[in-house]
Amino acid sequence: MSDSVRVVIVDDHRLFRSGVRAELGESVEVVGEAGDVDEAVTVITARRPEVVLLDVHLPGGGGIEVLRRVLPRQSEVRFLALSVSDAAEDVIGVVRGGARGYVTKTISGDELTTAISRVRDGDAVFSPRLAGFVLDAFAATDAPSIDPELDQLTQREREVLRLIARGYAYKEIAKELFISVKTVETHVSSVLRKLQLSNRHELSRWAAARRLV
Amino acid sequence: MVQGTGMAEAGTSRPPLRRRTQGRVAFGVCAGLAAHLGLHPGVVRLAFVALSMSGIGFAAYIVLIFLLPRAEEEPSRPDIVQLVAYGALGAALGLVYMLSGTDPDPLLWPLIFGALGGAILWQQAAPDRRERWLATTTFRVRQTWVRSIVGVVLVLVGITGFLAARNQLSEARQGLVSTLAVVIGITVIATPWIIGLMRDRDRERRERIRTQERAEFAAHIHDSVLHTLTLIQRSSDDPREVQRLARVQERALRTWLYRPQDDSGASVSAAAERVAAEVEEHHGVPIDLVTVGDCAVDERVAAALQAAREAMVNAAKYSGADTVSVYVEADPEELTIFVRDRGRGFDRSAVPEDRMGVKESIIGRMERHGGTATVRSAPGEGTEVQVRIKREKTDE
Repeated sequence: MSDSVRVVIVDDHRLFRSGVRAELGESVEVVGEAGDVDEAVTVITARRPEVVLLDVHLPGGGGIEVLRRVLPRQSEVRFLALSVSDAAEDVIGVVRGGARGYVTKTISGDELTTAISRVRDGDAVFSPRLAGFVLDAFAATDAPSIDPELDQLTQREREVLRLIARGYAYKEIAKELFISVKTVETHVSSVLRKLQLSNRHELSRWAAARRLV
Repeated sequence: MVQGTGMAEAGTSRPPLRRRTQGRVAFGVCAGLAAHLGLHPGVVRLAFVALSMSGIGFAAYIVLIFLLPRAEEEPSRPDIVQLVAYGALGAALGLVYMLSGTDPDPLLWPLIFGALGGAILWQQAAPDRRERWLATTTFRVRQTWVRSIVGVVLVLVGITGFLAARNQLSEARQGLVSTLAVVIGITVIATPWIIGLMRDRDRERRERIRTQERAEFAAHIHDSVLHTLTLIQRSSDDPREVQRLARVQERALRTWLYRPQDDSGASVSAAAERVAAEVEEHHGVPIDLVTVGDCAVDERVAAALQAAREAMVNAAKYSGADTVSVYVEADPEELTIFVRDRGRGFDRSAVPEDRMGVKESIIGRMERHGGTATVRSAPGEGTEVQVRIKREKTDE
């Protein structure tokens, strides 16, 4: 975290963009803003940010469309999804689309700054709500899985997710489980990979069925 | 005949009068009738062929196709060979009738054509057909064409019949037949127009419902969101109150938008959400709730929720933390609730006696219901209350 992280903010509410800009700490440099999908693709291509703060709901196809158009060409860009909706299908959709994490818009400036550097370093960021979703989606263990490596969470991953859902920060989780913060990050990244790659059919069905706030 | 068989339906031992789709020749009318009357299907079919010599059999068959409900069974394909056979038999009979009969009834052919016209109309009235037909516009146009042609042909047949029969028929009969044909023709032509009218009416109704919904939406936004925004403007110098108002409104709006209406709180997730909202509203501290799994609320679950509520209130009132995290997990075995804050925490051994909340309403309550509650806290490190209870075994 020695040098500042180059960030582009994509959100269709200008008020929200300036709010985030004002809240972010010294370690973040906002190099561009965009209000819809096309603009986002242009700005990200031109500015080459390290991290993109991506609103899930965007005019022109939503955050997922930005992921679809940017990631094949600029795979080094890391995306952190931001949303007010918390609807499971949106959250799971954007994470499966390639976002490295998901946080709600009510997150505090400090927490957001931490989340941005974490995503920049290639780690995953799970909000308590996302952790809850994942636990729920991977809960049914009796269903036959095609690829157990991808379709099931390990005991340790479950413990970590449960602590995130209980509101623990990574540091607190590390202390609680007597492991290092780095190990916590590894577990969360591994869960993210499973979430993105698993073909577990419950995942999509579950997300569609549960339009929860 | 139709009436007679209709009455017979009251009989209990016989199969009900249905169009059979198993072992049918054409539309299963004869097979159904035969099954109902306890006759051999061949007999019924022959009777229909014979009756068709005067047109009545054919017309009755057409009418019965639409009057009789289809039997619920695996449909088999119509038996084309048999159909041709019966058709040939009918034609042969007709030929014999025409040749031998001194005075063949000139009404025969107009009647058959009339029945055909009726069949086409009725076929269009069949719900599945009509739906498919309304679904695609191109198909509709083609259908209109077909119908117009059929209508014109029928009119022509009517006039021809009128001319042909002119020498042998009394005035009245001629008039009747050609009028019938013309009426059928007009009906066929007018049907699309009538259906168009019906569609317009449907569209209008949909439009009206949409407008109503929009009005309701606007009313709701006005009563809730705009109202809250006004309150927020007024109390802009009290950040705590602003936050409280915003959270309350957010919750209300989310519930209104996303929560299915029938989900009125019988599940633990909905109940927990309600409890969190209440505490938040009373004490002005945001509560982040995450639920995993779900179960019905019985007495024990309600006790756990009550204990959790007490923990939330404590956290909101005494911890000084700016948010409280609540995690509810319902697995098939047990229900676990965590209430956590990052506030000032406390030393449990130094809790004054008047702080009965933790001891009585959390730990005591859970023990009375056969569950457990543990409190972890240290000064400066926040507090976490864990409530755990076995779920009642369902008799399944």
